Amino acid sequence: MQNNMKLVIPSKSQNEAFARVVVASFASQLDPTIEELADVKTAVSEAVTNSIIHGYENKIGEIKIECIIEGNMLKIVIKDNGKGIEDVDKAMEPFYTSQPELERSGMGFTVMQTFMENLFVESSETGTKIVMTKEFKNTSTEE
Amino acid sequence: MQINYKIINKNLIIDFNGELDHHTASDIRKQVDELYSEKMLHNIILDLDNLNFMDSSGIGLIMGRYKTVSQNGGKVCLINANNRIQKILKMSGILKIVHVYDNLNEALDNI
Repeated sequence: MQNNMKLVIPSKSQNEAFARVVVASFASQLDPTIEELADVKTAVSEAVTNSIIHGYENKIGEIKIECIIEGNMLKIVIKDNGKGIEDVDKAMEPFYTSQPELERSGMGFTVMQTFMENLFVESSETGTKIVMTKEFKNTSTEE
Repeated sequence: MQINYKIINKNLIIDFNGELDHHTASDIRKQVDELYSEKMLHNIILDLDNLNFMDSSGIGLIMGRYKTVSQNGGKVCLINANNRIQKILKMSGILKIVHVYDNLNEALDNI
């Protein structure tokens, strides 16, 4: 199977739920289990929340979400044009948060890493790009 | 996202209905903290039975309540966590400080 979709949303927090539901609906053509779908929803929610809080620091900018299905693999690309992550390695450490006053757990990247199979983060002063992939086990690969 | 609450012997029981993410967490946090301090309560029991989704914002919310309640000598515990929510709870390490009970009676007996 091969398919793709693109979604562009403003970085408003009410779009967190919208984004994860859209990606989950798109992924549903791979015949995922309820648990696999919940994993995808959670990972998308973390990435979009990161863009809103840390990338745009609650100012409004665009978040671009692209999903690609190839065979039984789902690839999710989430991009923002925010201020970027200064130290990606540090941001990926469990419990690290740059804004402890917000009562954030610092688990966002750890959740993405655990719930998806691969996670790749690229960040500069002009934005952040997160690429995550997940392979779905029990799927038909027919067109 | 809505919450309902009841109070049994200085225990504040919060019943979540909906999805807990960054968008909904700040409002829920405010409501829970107000109830807890206004009514001078001791422990908080979070009922996750009708919680359909939770990401790491929920972990932040539980950690925050744990801090407030333990400063007051109380405890936070969770009940009715389904498998999907247990998964994120386990990986976050929060279960080292916050107990999960199967149901309300078990929580009330042990908290």
